Amino acid sequence: MALKGRDLVSIRDLSPREITDLLSASRKMIPIAEGKKSSNALAGKIVAMAFFEPSTRTRLSFETAVQRLGGRCITIADSGISSMKKGESLYDTVRMLSSYSDAIVIRHPNEGAARLAADASDKPVINAGDGAGQHPTQALLDLATMREAFGTLAGLKVVLLGDLKYGRTVHSLAYALGILGAELVLASPPALRLPDESRSELDQLGVKITEEPDVSRAVRDADVLYVTRIQKERFPDEGEYRKVAGSYRIDASVLASAKPRLIVMHPLPRAGEIDPEVDRTPHAAYFREAFLAVPVRMALLTGVLGAKAG
Amino acid sequence: MVRELKITPIKNGTVIDHIGNGLALEVLRIIGIKELDKDSTVSIALHVRSGKIGWKDMVKVENMELSPRKVNAIALLAPTATISIIRDYRVQEKRSVDLPERIFGIVKCPNPSCISNQSEPVESQFHVLRRGPVVLSCAYCERQVDEFLKHLA
Repeated sequence: MALKGRDLVSIRDLSPREITDLLSASRKMIPIAEGKKSSNALAGKIVAMAFFEPSTRTRLSFETAVQRLGGRCITIADSGISSMKKGESLYDTVRMLSSYSDAIVIRHPNEGAARLAADASDKPVINAGDGAGQHPTQALLDLATMREAFGTLAGLKVVLLGDLKYGRTVHSLAYALGILGAELVLASPPALRLPDESRSELDQLGVKITEEPDVSRAVRDADVLYVTRIQKERFPDEGEYRKVAGSYRIDASVLASAKPRLIVMHPLPRAGEIDPEVDRTPHAAYFREAFLAVPVRMALLTGVLGAKAG
Repeated sequence: MVRELKITPIKNGTVIDHIGNGLALEVLRIIGIKELDKDSTVSIALHVRSGKIGWKDMVKVENMELSPRKVNAIALLAPTATISIIRDYRVQEKRSVDLPERIFGIVKCPNPSCISNQSEPVESQFHVLRRGPVVLSCAYCERQVDEFLKHLA
């Protein structure tokens, strides 16, 4: 896997082979992520966490990944206290960070920020979410969760439910699932359908896609139900948000018609889309998904830093 | 038969011919009238018969030679255009415009949340996804643009 020195801005930066190699590498990282095995693969390495937008899981899982591998982090966790508050450009901030660290993980509210950071940095840049744009590492850990549950991705029937318009995780994930041979069922309120650009790209790739707004019907012969949060902060106005907020909720009655092996996934945090009663069913895979963020990000960091795993 | 000249020849300058019908004023916008020499004459011919493209527009600008960036911008708007450099009433050089694979600084990304529309020290950058009709993709946020006339920087 020739990831050394490379950026990961978009899931399109990886070939299908590179994605599956990363998923295989992340499986080997699980004992280290669980603390059952130790590693110093990143000893002496410093990774900059540049988070200009709130994040819990993404930042903590990246920091955990670095520290489990014996590396260190420097962190900007709030743009309000950084010199960007004084008007410093992102470009200058990244130039500075790249001279302090061996790799940069960035989250930013503006689309394209990670690409700009990659241009500004001579060290690898990993996109941890840029506005409503890409979130490639979330897509990778989602794929890892499905592959762990089913052993393969090809042929899986995956329902993507919720905000397919503004949800950044979904755009990266739909593309990756498509190139890896999964079938997609799109279930969203009409106002939150997958943007035409994304849809036509998937069509051009020959991905099998159906639309089924009724979630009970959509889950009937599905392997994965991927639920997204309707993100208030992504809507241009609150009126549009109110129209669709709370328009779906997954509970035992929705899952009654599902296959026993169906897994329910969610990038978290959830905001009422999944009833807590689902947590106690074998369908619930979202906490496992949150855990797998650590080994997946370990595999990626090891790759871009050219470190030896184990 | 007496030949009638609808546009008079220029001594020195640039002739942009075979511009798609109705696009001459946009081409002029790219050239930038403000940058012209105060004694320069600009001639515009709209809706002229063309053996090559049916109907065409034409622009002649005295005392100005176009920068490569402006030629790229014209290629975006008018891929059929030809550019002739005139010196002492003679055509010194004639060439077709050629759309490059990347376009810098000519089109503004229509996505207000794109990082290229914030106060960053970078110019807009687009990949040419398709050439006929032209579709661009923002190199930063990947937003696709086909109606770029509305988004000229």
